[in-house]
Amino acid sequence: MGFDAIINWFGQIEYFQLLADEWPLYLSGLWTTLWLVAFSLFLGLFIAVPAGIMNNSQNWFVRFPAWAFIYFFRGTPLLIQLFLIYYGAGQFLANNEHPLALLLWPWFQEAWFCALLAFTLNTGAYTAEIVRGSINTMPSGEIEAAKAYGLSRYKIMSRIVLPSAFRRALPAYSNEVIFMLHGSALAGVVTIVDLTGAARIVNSRYYAPFEAFITAGLLYMLTTFVIVFLFKKWEARWHKHLKPLEV
Amino acid sequence: MKKLIIAATILCAAVGTAQAKEWKNVRIGIEGAYPPFSWTEPNGEVKGFDIDIANALCEEMKVKCTLVKQDWDGIIPALLARKYDAIIATMDITDERKKKVAFSDKYQHIPARFAAKKGTSIELTEAFMSGKRIGVQRATSMDTYVTDNFPKAEVKRYGTADEAYLDLKAGRIDYVMIDSAAISEGLLNKPGGDAFEFVGPKLNDPKWFGEGAGIAMRKGDTELHAKFNEAIKAIRANGKYKELQDKYFDFDIYGDE
Repeated sequence: MGFDAIINWFGQIEYFQLLADEWPLYLSGLWTTLWLVAFSLFLGLFIAVPAGIMNNSQNWFVRFPAWAFIYFFRGTPLLIQLFLIYYGAGQFLANNEHPLALLLWPWFQEAWFCALLAFTLNTGAYTAEIVRGSINTMPSGEIEAAKAYGLSRYKIMSRIVLPSAFRRALPAYSNEVIFMLHGSALAGVVTIVDLTGAARIVNSRYYAPFEAFITAGLLYMLTTFVIVFLFKKWEARWHKHLKPLEV
Repeated sequence: MKKLIIAATILCAAVGTAQAKEWKNVRIGIEGAYPPFSWTEPNGEVKGFDIDIANALCEEMKVKCTLVKQDWDGIIPALLARKYDAIIATMDITDERKKKVAFSDKYQHIPARFAAKKGTSIELTEAFMSGKRIGVQRATSMDTYVTDNFPKAEVKRYGTADEAYLDLKAGRIDYVMIDSAAISEGLLNKPGGDAFEFVGPKLNDPKWFGEGAGIAMRKGDTELHAKFNEAIKAIRANGKYKELQDKYFDFDIYGDE
């Protein structure tokens, strides 16, 4: 055992045969994973920004709904949320003549919609917390200065607070993007053939779990690498003013 | 240090071979989510035809058996990884699986069938099934059959048969294709099952469904293989098999001798 075994294992022709036969399945799985994650992250931002701002409000009636939403989605596992939406819809919306059910069921019938919804709400909640924290740590001097210039509350928010908050949220948000990518592996449990789903199909065809999952693992790693690279670029661009000066 | 490792390796190997010849303890992999063959009671106890067969065979072979529960799509990999020594889980003897594991003689042969909402029509042609949503259990012979024969169908793969029934009831899929006895027990005879029925013919083409279900073992374990075959013959002959069969089914599940 040990090193020799690993080299022998890679030398086995079977693994490359497996790759040669199944790469279209892996690629389509990767594509499903990518659009599912990209869309849920994009839609999640539209929840996160208002929820993050609301959660910072002094007004209890504004703060409470955002707080409850964030609390629920951060307080329960993503898998449970997916099950609640997927099987909950199956139980309450299917075979139901209520006009609302008739309207919603065509959407909830599709596994991809349930997964997209669960992922969007989940990432929305986590990102809202990032936005909230980022707004909270805004230097008060900048806001006072904005007030002194006579900017309206809306202008202060849109021109001063949010741009700065987004910039400072970038490193934390890159984490959330990576978590979401890996969390999306759960899509497979509701019949979606994402990257993990593809690996499970390959495993079931060849009874070779290590080979099937290491391939998926490497593709996830590659994707993560690209994400990290992109965020590094963005940080270099938008954090230029924070870069240590060269002497 | 090196010598110690070598000694330990030899010792392990010796113990390993000794056990391979004796077979006093046999660990058996079961599924526990495929009624009436195996299911898990609310208190965690596993019951069903496969479980009874496993116990009867162990009694016949005079070995001590330990049952190990394992999800279906990992059931062969776990056997190869020596988590247990045999699988008794209504596994069809197919050529594809024979590449990885050795099978005993068959211990039952139940055809697979489609089921759908009452009144649903079916034609087993590529054109008719195109775009139809078919639910199967991942890594079963039905999965392979549907994937091979209806490439344009939308195949949904589930971890357990129960999840497929849930989605059939919700209308997310048009058909399920599973073992006919499992469909009777898990779907049709359950509350709400009267809205569904078998559609299409019984399917037992050996190309996909093999010659019945057998006990899977690792390829090297020839003594165990012989032991199981003898034990299957013995319980067929002494009436034990019929007794267990009649407990769960009102028809012959062994098929041709």
